[in-house]
Amino acid sequence: MVNLSGAISLIGGFPALAGVDLTVDDGEIVVLRGPNGAGKSTLLRLCAGLAPLNGGSGTILGHDLASRERRRRIRRETGLLAHQTFLYDELTVEDNLRFWAKANRADPSTVEPILDRLDLGGRLRTVKISALSAGQRRRASVAVMVCRRPKIWLLDEPHAGLDQAGRDFIDEIVRHAVRFGATVIIASHDHGRVSNLATRTVHLVGGMVTGAEDGQGEGRSVS
Amino acid sequence: MFRDAWLMASKDLRIERATRVGTGQILPFGGLVLILFGLAISPVYQVTVAVGVRRPMLAQAAPGLFWITVLLAALLALGRSFAVESTDGNLDALKMAGLDPAGIFLGKSAAVAAQLLALQLVLGIGAFILYGPPLADPVLLLTVVILATLGITAAGTVYAAVASGLRVRDTMVPLLVLPVVAPVLLAATKATEAALFGPLDNGWSWAMLLGVFALLYAGVGMLAFGPIMEES
Repeated sequence: MVNLSGAISLIGGFPALAGVDLTVDDGEIVVLRGPNGAGKSTLLRLCAGLAPLNGGSGTILGHDLASRERRRRIRRETGLLAHQTFLYDELTVEDNLRFWAKANRADPSTVEPILDRLDLGGRLRTVKISALSAGQRRRASVAVMVCRRPKIWLLDEPHAGLDQAGRDFIDEIVRHAVRFGATVIIASHDHGRVSNLATRTVHLVGGMVTGAEDGQGEGRSVS
Repeated sequence: MFRDAWLMASKDLRIERATRVGTGQILPFGGLVLILFGLAISPVYQVTVAVGVRRPMLAQAAPGLFWITVLLAALLALGRSFAVESTDGNLDALKMAGLDPAGIFLGKSAAVAAQLLALQLVLGIGAFILYGPPLADPVLLLTVVILATLGITAAGTVYAAVASGLRVRDTMVPLLVLPVVAPVLLAATKATEAALFGPLDNGWSWAMLLGVFALLYAGVGMLAFGPIMEES
């Protein structure tokens, strides 16, 4: 699913990734750990086809990261949950979900069940994103991801700013995604929580992989 | 491409309907500019436009004042159009959705053009009341308004997208857009002068030039928008 060899990615001339070697197999839940500035977010953006590959080589879902055309394919087949919501503050939850469902060419009939499944139905569906709490916004972002049905879920600090119920909800969604065939890569500082999910933990420092250890998580395969 | 354009345009117009920035802020701004121009030029001043032909200066200047007002309002609308995309990372989300960049360009241009046309209807009435010019050819005037709006929004959308990735985008949009749309401003002013005062043949020539500008800017925008989005 993910195959990076000596991957270098420059952000504003700075090597945010300075030669990353990483392989992620189908059905794994890989947790990225490391201090701030280690390159976790950039690695997720590289896997999403958003950050440039300036050196080394890499394929995501078999598509070459060096090819601009292939990067477009990668973007369509991966899903990124980042610090930003990727939602329009001025639109309601339902309007956002319907827009992104159409934009992603998802089945429009899935919108209603997803709203209900993620507790965004009822009164919340007509509330503007700007009026939601942090947890509700994260839930709405996840709803868009679920709608997209990506093959690889890339989650950047998915538990940040959430209460206990919100964190449990994210864990449940991750397990559900893997059960339905997705591969998940999570960047997180919340080691206690994500260690229960991880099939493997990869350590990043200074834009390089410095170690890895197997976990006891619930992915479908452990490399 | 056209499906994506429709999707983007309808989304942008839905945001405008929800926020009312156009009617609540941009329209009053345009109205204020028109009034200030009216106050700056005394209605008693007269200019000689031909041998034995004198007109009130305010009426004679009306086409230029109107299009400058429209251009200033367009800068606000264009900035707003891309602010909603860059605030919460939505440009990245649009890339990940795989929408056709040319479709995104057309959709965003169309939404701004629709807002500007509605704005010009109100500002145009205001300009006729405040400046008091005659109207020789309403059809030419309507044609000029539509073509100039398409030219301004097509060129403006390209450069607003370029500026959207910059921290200083609010100040960069006018710096980038104004030089590019200067030919449109000139042609629109000349064509509007003809539509208001005649001669009409000259006006249709300027209108044709506006059409060429609109097509040129739209073509460049459709080709360039993909690479621009990649760099944003």
